[in-house]
Amino acid sequence: MSDITLGGPPPAPHAEEHHEHHHPFLQHHFEDLGQQHEASTLGMWVFLSTEILFFGGVLAAYWIYRVTYPEAWAIGAAQQIWWLGAINTIVLIISSLTMALAVRNAQLGRRMGTVYMLIATLFFGSIFLGVKMYEYTKHWQEGLFPGAAFHWNEVPALAPKVQLFMTFYWCLTGLHALHMVIGAGLLIWFIWRAWKGHFGPEYYGPVEIMGLYWHFVDIVWIFLFPFLYLIHGAHHG
Amino acid sequence: MADVTTTEINHSGHAPHVHVTPMWIYLTVFFALAVGTVLTVAASRFDLGMWNTPIALVIATVKAVLVILFFMHVIHSTRLTWVVVIASFLWLGVLFVLTFADYLTRAWNIY
Repeated sequence: MSDITLGGPPPAPHAEEHHEHHHPFLQHHFEDLGQQHEASTLGMWVFLSTEILFFGGVLAAYWIYRVTYPEAWAIGAAQQIWWLGAINTIVLIISSLTMALAVRNAQLGRRMGTVYMLIATLFFGSIFLGVKMYEYTKHWQEGLFPGAAFHWNEVPALAPKVQLFMTFYWCLTGLHALHMVIGAGLLIWFIWRAWKGHFGPEYYGPVEIMGLYWHFVDIVWIFLFPFLYLIHGAHHG
Repeated sequence: MADVTTTEINHSGHAPHVHVTPMWIYLTVFFALAVGTVLTVAASRFDLGMWNTPIALVIATVKAVLVILFFMHVIHSTRLTWVVVIASFLWLGVLFVLTFADYLTRAWNIY
């Protein structure tokens, strides 16, 4: 642009390149799609590092109280239906596989394959949230929601500490579920974009980044499952 | 950047390098994650004394590393991405070590 205003040499040497390679989704501040892809992957990982520390802070507090009140933590975990947590873990792992396959299909330029795998990811993510809603309803009815609604009193001496465990349970699974809901919303947008044919071997970065987010949320659950459902001595069928 | 486990597709000199991970790697990782989940549940059913918690943590960490390397493609990422990923967990380590160094040693003078 400055060439023109300064009356310098015409931009002819670049014209050919621009006609040939100007991808509709190449942002003007990037040299090419390769640089744009690397920058977006790096940026997503910087965001995920803040997410790791965000969940890490709550988990650090969880461990301090787990070490302080081990019996209450085992009793708290025994209030969970462990096999519902196990099923949800498998469901989320399946959704991570379908997400990874959506990225693979985008890389290979398989438009409908990408659409179907994204729909499968949304489907399994929704099953996870459905199971979570059932668990939340059950906990609410059992008086396991902290605060005025907390009525659990099987072991009166430990009830306040079990309430503390349940506070961590609701905060951790609630933050995780919030991430799932945001992910599901993003997936709906991505299904539409994939169906429109926006993605392919030259431009699959957004699907890759959607995948990074979804896999991160899966990793959080991989830790939450044993932390909240499987504390030893906590099994009652 | 060619790799035995990946297929290189590069349609133009300016497009991103595409590492298409073969299906068998995705399926193997998925299977390993499922086995890890079963192992986590199985291990929690036995009284292993002080080892219950470390075993659960090790299995979860192995599962997380598999997801990060293969599903999140970090194994084929640029070095700068590796630096950010490793730095994230270093900071998480600082968060845990410094916090626990305080809270978990406060009761030491009681005993």
